[in-house]
Amino acid sequence: MHPFYACSSPEHALSRRAFLGAGAASLGAMALAGPLAAGELKKQQKRVLLVWLSGGVSQLETWDPKPGTDTGGPFRAIPTSATGTHICELLPHTAKQMHRIAVIRGVNTAEDDHGKGAVIMHTGRRTEPGLDYPHLGSVMSKMLAPIDCPLPGYVSITPKGDGGFGKTDSAFLGPKFASVVLGDGKAPANLIRPESLTEAADAKRNDIRRMLDKNFAAGRKTAETEAYAESYEQAAQLVKQTQVFDISKEPPAQRDRYGTHDFGRHCLLARRLLEHGVTFVKVTHSNYDTHHENFDFHIEQLGEFDRTFATLLDDLAQRGMLDSTLVVVASEFGRTPRINRNYGRDHWSKAWSVALAGCGIKGGVVHGKTNANGTAVTDGQVNGGHLFHTYLRAMKLNPEKNHYHQGRPIPMGDPKAEAIKEVLA
Amino acid sequence: MTIDPSRTRQSAELKQPVPLLGARFDPSGKFVYAGGQDNAIIRWDIATGKKTALVGHASWVRAIAFSAKHQLAISGDYHGKLLFWPLNAAESKPLKSIDAHDGWLRACAVSVDQATLVTCGNDGLVKLWSLPDGKPLKSLPGHGCHVYNVAFRRDGLLASADLKGVVKLWDIAKGAVVRECDAKVLYKYDEGFRADIGGVRGMAFNPNGQWLACAGITEVSNAFAGVGKPLVMLFDATTGKLKHALKPKEAFQGTAWGVAIHPAGHVIATGGGNGGALWFWSLEMGENTFTLKLPVNARDLDMSADGTRLAIPFADGALRVYEMSAKTSPSWWQVQPAGK
Repeated sequence: MHPFYACSSPEHALSRRAFLGAGAASLGAMALAGPLAAGELKKQQKRVLLVWLSGGVSQLETWDPKPGTDTGGPFRAIPTSATGTHICELLPHTAKQMHRIAVIRGVNTAEDDHGKGAVIMHTGRRTEPGLDYPHLGSVMSKMLAPIDCPLPGYVSITPKGDGGFGKTDSAFLGPKFASVVLGDGKAPANLIRPESLTEAADAKRNDIRRMLDKNFAAGRKTAETEAYAESYEQAAQLVKQTQVFDISKEPPAQRDRYGTHDFGRHCLLARRLLEHGVTFVKVTHSNYDTHHENFDFHIEQLGEFDRTFATLLDDLAQRGMLDSTLVVVASEFGRTPRINRNYGRDHWSKAWSVALAGCGIKGGVVHGKTNANGTAVTDGQVNGGHLFHTYLRAMKLNPEKNHYHQGRPIPMGDPKAEAIKEVLA
Repeated sequence: MTIDPSRTRQSAELKQPVPLLGARFDPSGKFVYAGGQDNAIIRWDIATGKKTALVGHASWVRAIAFSAKHQLAISGDYHGKLLFWPLNAAESKPLKSIDAHDGWLRACAVSVDQATLVTCGNDGLVKLWSLPDGKPLKSLPGHGCHVYNVAFRRDGLLASADLKGVVKLWDIAKGAVVRECDAKVLYKYDEGFRADIGGVRGMAFNPNGQWLACAGITEVSNAFAGVGKPLVMLFDATTGKLKHALKPKEAFQGTAWGVAIHPAGHVIATGGGNGGALWFWSLEMGENTFTLKLPVNARDLDMSADGTRLAIPFADGALRVYEMSAKTSPSWWQVQPAGK
């Protein structure tokens, strides 16, 4: 999906100015950012943390337990800090944070494919031929990232890999709003200038590159050329901020609280990034695609998730950041209530759960209901579009406003959906 | 006694509406007990098929053991609770309830002198309890991960085995490990899925205690789809050394969930994955001598005390009993008309 640069839409003007590090954006551009103006955003910058439980976490082993039923599995439901709300016993630490969490139990995304489910959950829309929609992180980055933040607006921390640049995330919004991917939480490879290259020589080298880029791009810009140039600019900014990625700067006791496993390290890094002004941080915890031995694997995976997530949520609250940080815990779908012959649960998108907390969210609330053994939604059914609207509304953004692609207005949220008002503060 | 593995045949099918997890013959061999996914234990009279539900657990039960001397059936569940039941009684109310482990209680066994019960679980502990009163005797730490199985040898030596394939042989009087067996091939950390897979899913001594068999899955290529091969590790319990790594002759994808060693020199295991199977190996040669295809995934195995029958619980809710010999024809005097 190529951004159309002949477009003179105001938000494109904003992105370019922000990209070039220019001064304040135009009033017209800021009008798209909803009621919050740039100054206010600076004072109370809004951020989003997406905890992505990759592979499809089981709703029955997390937010919607059904003990004592044919689908319930071996675990019990436990009471939580939200009176009347029970969650699975695999989340004892999270249970103490439930007064801060809203659970949406009636999610029906009707898509059991990993890739397509992920698209729905990241964009609020089903896959469409001919048009890719931008991910939530790119939208939030565009709408909320301060123009003077030296860090990228959208950072994705993955469990492994070399990291890089998720240029397709931003679709028609352009590469400025794509994710910077930190494989295993590590700063991108080759970020640090080698000792043999002096600072002056590096600066001169970059000046030459910029000049060549500019000449090349004149009259023939595409997403690829801009992504190429943008990756250098982002890398240059990141070089100045390498200490942000270094969790060894945290006291040992703090590192222990989060856990020394990968997810613990990555969540601690996420908190540091949010503190340093990154607008949207996605942390992926892998893996929950438990077609075999669902229960053993959920003991292990949620054992990592639970304490770390509860610590992170509590930390955000203690540091006064939770009111301005929307926290989303989601997957591409849930898992089948029916337990298969290998003690597994398969893909299930018809009745599952998502959890929200923080900015704009009413804590201690449960919206939606599934039947006795969790096979169907009986009340408050929502889909990915409703969730996407809810995320934007929680941030005081208007999902009915438009992006512009090739001069064509494209609503930020699916026009067929609306926010889930019951979980909004 | 001798058996003929190639003549193994199903002699009873006892049905429940929910999948079963584990099963054990009672000491008389007349009854079989099985834990199901509805948290109940079902006791079947094998000859008549009459079933009695033992209701009291609030989670799944895979751990079942007996003490004939104390007339007890003992069961452990995935909430860590132990229940003592009157053995084969018409009334099926639990006599005693013990919060034994933090998390899943995965296996239990009774010593040959019936003075000691051993349990193990996800809290990483092996625990000893006195019988019949159920008082805690000793807790044996050291595994450092989920403990999957326990078994007593007839001389009181205790074997415990864990998720990572570490098998410890304990002198329980001293509470000390006397040796270890290495079954780590039954474990893998799957880097792709970033999760542990494997563990000693079935474990048994042979009657004289020389051999210890540990069953599970190996060569896992996809943890979350269960893509791997069943394997039984046969150890010399007196030295801790491996005698055979027993694999099925035919390709099979899945886990060996239960194992037994027949006194006539057969190692027997069941598996589940892409279907079910029952395998026999020669203990001496390590050769897979016979395989019986089972109707669906098998989840455990127990051999009757007289060595003639196997009880296998299945994912389809059936408990099937297998005789390891040809069907015996009625003797001539049983078919002769009276008076002749």
